[in-house]
Amino acid sequence: MASTMRFFKSLFLFLFSISSFSFAHSASPGSSEGYTIYGRVKIPTGSGANEFILPGKVSNVKVTLNGGQRVTFLRPDGYFSFHNVPAGTHLIEVAALGYLFSPVRVDVSARNPGKIQAALTETRRGLSEFVLEPLKGEQYYEIREPFSIMSIVKSPMGLMMGFMLIVVFLMPKLMENIDPEEMKRAQEEMRNQGVPSLASLLPGAARSN
Amino acid sequence: MAIRVFLISLLFLSFTNLISALYEDQVGLMDWHQQYIGKVKHAVFHTQKTGRKRVLVSTEENVVASLDLRRGEIFWRHVLGTNDVVDGLDIALGKYVITLSSDGSILRAWNLPDGQMVWESSLQGSKASKSILNIPKNLKADKDDLILVFGKGCLHAVSSIDGEVLWRHDFVGESIQVSHIIHSADVILVAGFVGSSEFYVYELNAKNGELLKNSHVALPYGTFGELLSVSSDVLVVLDDTRSNIVTINLKNGEISYNQKYIIDLIKDSSGQAVILPSRLPGMFALKVNSHVLIVKLTNEGELVVVDKINNAAAVSDALSISEDQQAFAFVHHGDNKIHISVKDVNDWNGDLLKESIVIDHQRGNIDKIFINNYVRTDRSHGFRALMVMEDHSLVLVQQGEIVWSREDGLASVVGVTTSELPVEKEGVSVAKVEQNLFEWLKGHVLKLKGTLMIASPDDVAAIQAMRLRSSEKSKMTRDHNGFRKMLIVLTRAGKVFALHTGDGRVIWSILLRTLRKSEVCEHPVGLNIYQWQVPHHHALDENPSVLVVGRCGPSLAAPAVLSFIDAYTGVEVNSLSHAHTVSQVIPLPYTDSTEQRLHLIIDVNQHAYLYPRTPEALDILKREFSNVYWYSVESDNGVIRGHALKSNCKAVDEYCFDMRDLWSIVFPSESEKIIATVARKSNEVVHTQAKVMTDYDVTYKYISKNLLFVANVAPKANGEVGTATPEEAWLVIYIIDTVTGRILHRMTHHGCQGPVHAVFSENWVVYHYFNLRAHRYELSVVEVYDQSRADNKDVWKFVLGMHNLTSPFSSYSRPEVTTKSQSYFFTHSVKTLEVTSTAKGITSKQVLIGTIGDQVLALDKRFLDPRRTLNPSQAEKEDGIIPLTDSLPIISQSYITHSLKVEGLRGIVTVPAKLESTSLVFAYGVDLFFTQIAPSRTYDSLTEDFSYALLLLTIVALIAAIFVTWVLSERKDLQEKWR
Repeated sequence: MASTMRFFKSLFLFLFSISSFSFAHSASPGSSEGYTIYGRVKIPTGSGANEFILPGKVSNVKVTLNGGQRVTFLRPDGYFSFHNVPAGTHLIEVAALGYLFSPVRVDVSARNPGKIQAALTETRRGLSEFVLEPLKGEQYYEIREPFSIMSIVKSPMGLMMGFMLIVVFLMPKLMENIDPEEMKRAQEEMRNQGVPSLASLLPGAARSN
Repeated sequence: MAIRVFLISLLFLSFTNLISALYEDQVGLMDWHQQYIGKVKHAVFHTQKTGRKRVLVSTEENVVASLDLRRGEIFWRHVLGTNDVVDGLDIALGKYVITLSSDGSILRAWNLPDGQMVWESSLQGSKASKSILNIPKNLKADKDDLILVFGKGCLHAVSSIDGEVLWRHDFVGESIQVSHIIHSADVILVAGFVGSSEFYVYELNAKNGELLKNSHVALPYGTFGELLSVSSDVLVVLDDTRSNIVTINLKNGEISYNQKYIIDLIKDSSGQAVILPSRLPGMFALKVNSHVLIVKLTNEGELVVVDKINNAAAVSDALSISEDQQAFAFVHHGDNKIHISVKDVNDWNGDLLKESIVIDHQRGNIDKIFINNYVRTDRSHGFRALMVMEDHSLVLVQQGEIVWSREDGLASVVGVTTSELPVEKEGVSVAKVEQNLFEWLKGHVLKLKGTLMIASPDDVAAIQAMRLRSSEKSKMTRDHNGFRKMLIVLTRAGKVFALHTGDGRVIWSILLRTLRKSEVCEHPVGLNIYQWQVPHHHALDENPSVLVVGRCGPSLAAPAVLSFIDAYTGVEVNSLSHAHTVSQVIPLPYTDSTEQRLHLIIDVNQHAYLYPRTPEALDILKREFSNVYWYSVESDNGVIRGHALKSNCKAVDEYCFDMRDLWSIVFPSESEKIIATVARKSNEVVHTQAKVMTDYDVTYKYISKNLLFVANVAPKANGEVGTATPEEAWLVIYIIDTVTGRILHRMTHHGCQGPVHAVFSENWVVYHYFNLRAHRYELSVVEVYDQSRADNKDVWKFVLGMHNLTSPFSSYSRPEVTTKSQSYFFTHSVKTLEVTSTAKGITSKQVLIGTIGDQVLALDKRFLDPRRTLNPSQAEKEDGIIPLTDSLPIISQSYITHSLKVEGLRGIVTVPAKLESTSLVFAYGVDLFFTQIAPSRTYDSLTEDFSYALLLLTIVALIAAIFVTWVLSERKDLQEKWR
């Protein structure tokens, strides 16, 4: 693992500014003053912690600066860059279907040109190197529960069945406990009334009579 | 008691379920998604190799896409940022698509097969200028193909392999407006004007960009329009009187020029001439009036008219079809047909192709044509033509037939309204014959298998197909639940489409005559679309109609154009092009006897015009004269004014009224700037004013149609995120009564800035802004309650009639209001906010958030409840109050767009269905997306996945059980009797 980490570290382009470059090449430094923000997006595969999908495989990843001021895309190796960014505090967001990325606060220092600090706004974690990884994958669909007896039992139909079973098998048990004389009285009453009422069937109600 | 507990717990269970998610196999049942690209600006064909034939396009919606040439489907597509306008598109190395965007400052290469970005190059420069992308076929530097880019006043040579800038030459110091780059094997000529008459040519070394030579000539007259290169050393331009053609010759490094009167070429040259930008070798196309002259430049430098095309629509660039043959196409209209001619540049007499096709006249004229050739089996050349029409649609024509067409006008929707479908008439059954019972049962058994997860993959496929096949949802009549409607959308091209909510197909479309370019109306723009006539009750035999309001140009002072369209047939019933202007359209809450809604159109000169222009409408307005109020927002001056009607303005006619200002609120310009105003939807239905709190106390919502939410920011923090510091930024929000101008609520968020997106519904407003201190976005909610009705709690008051519930609600009564508010962090940037709307307003609400990732998130209003506390009591929990968290959760299952993106999302429209639980949602941008959502689940109807088979099974089982137990009890009785 350590070796792979080192491998990645050697790959990472650390944040740096090309301000000197832009000063050197523009005729009027005032107007094209700005810094370049370089970064990289890495999307881990579900399985291994150290394996990463090349973001190129994930379709249409967009990186947005300051809520839509500028939009850029990823290179096959996951790098992106914003050029001519003025000094100040900026916000970078990554939009990729299927993943939730935290926005990143980026401080481009005016005093010591080239110093750029980045921190995830969701977790307030500072980034030592500008590598953005998703906070989590996003599942847009509800997963169908696999077939289970409980799901049948919990469904309205299952509840109906259950209630029926209770009535069929438990009620006679309850009836058994009733005093035979009371039972007889209840039956007589039932005959008198013609229509059996639920209240009269219940032991408590029958006893109160 | 147990049953009660059980029921309550069931209810509670159903309430705690805050998300209404979708199963993957339900995709496409209630929703549809359409992908568009917008009006094509550039098109490059890629058909050389065997395999997929494609055309690469860039559009006015900043889309770069690769389309299948056989069917017009999208292979891949990228929507660039809103400021990232594409200036050029070409193919390099046969495998990369190169785009130049953002005024020539960003150069990107996309992999041709899959659209993956390969490299991106930022080109430095400091002066705004025309941007030119030029990919020479034969210009190489160290085995690397060069890309020449002129942008921001610099010429760059970029390697096409990795986008590295090999050399650059700065023209910033020379104030030259470069308009042409001409290259030969090792020399690059950069030509352009300084001012309008000084013509400069710079000669650069192609290897390293060194300046070899610089020559210039001063023309004795100014020039008009763009330079056009006719051949490698001849350029043409019009002079400033537009009556002369100036030919500039660069032969052997010497600049010479000639001029020729257009009148010498054509006798009737009364109109203004324009050189068309089509690139033809040795020729150019000159448009005079409605004719196009094809002018050839002979070897002697003479200009000769080779053809005159009447009613010409478009001329393509030249296409080299073999070593020595170059062809180009032009189209012209005639007898309701479109005639396409492809001619050889050198041999004018013969036609390579001449075809006439009929194209739906609702597509309008042809804007652009791109041609491509293929070799037929008999080795002759065939041609296909890709045409961009006036309504922004894209049509591919081959062998005299339309192979495919795309309605790409729908990528630029500007206004949406809805209309009901016709009522199903008796005897006219549109539904197909009901399938027999066995089929029906079989279907439900399949569904049961699906819900029990015991279905095989074949079964799953069968279920999916069965669900999608159900023709119910795409019928052309009104349904009981109100799910089937027409979405009537107005596009930027001035075309109106009616889309069926069931499957998103186009029912009818009309290119509005009033919104087409004409001599009186140079640059018409469609503003919005309104419901004009919604017949129900006594006017049912009338068809509903919509009103489209437009303007003859982008400025406010341009005259208005109005169109009335029948919503069933798509025919323009009436149209008015009036002298008055339009700054505001106010649909009034009154309708006349034919259910036409009264509208006031306010012009820039403080007049209000009444529509429809009938005496009846005038009577209604006169009756309600003192009840008509509206407001206007002048965000530049920081003023909001309230208006009412004053009197008839005698000067014009009886349908014109003067208006008076009732009140005005002037915000201090040094500390506040208006950036957003949001009012309630006028047709929103509120079920109840009372709200029962957890302690069985009643509070009354302050529900007024006349509330306006205003968001102001500090002038310094007016820009985008990243331009201001927390100390100099603040956001002030107001809730204003628009009748009296009374400020009901004012709140300041320090250290916050825009952009502000807000939605106003019932008595609450939810708004989204950026908190600079935390550097996160926030969503806030403000709820307004009516305090004056708060003491209507005593039963005795009701008995004695001392309550004031029946007192009329008026803005003038100045009730005491209280507000409650709360703020939460929200992760994403937001493009738009909307709220669900239902027929009776009983169903709880969801806030629909269009995020920066072009998805739509449904957030339950209960997350945005000021009553949320850190530790809610048991009673509060039962009431559904969620414990307070500092940020709002993003539950991925509650994305109503599920795994789709509405690229370039601009707006969301919600429409109530007739079924109370359901709201119809239409999201538009470059893509269109429609779905139905039920914020509190479909409590009033069985869900789609309700298993009838299981119900039947239960019933059968119950009946069987009854019989069995009956037989058993009979037997038992018999035994008892025998005993």
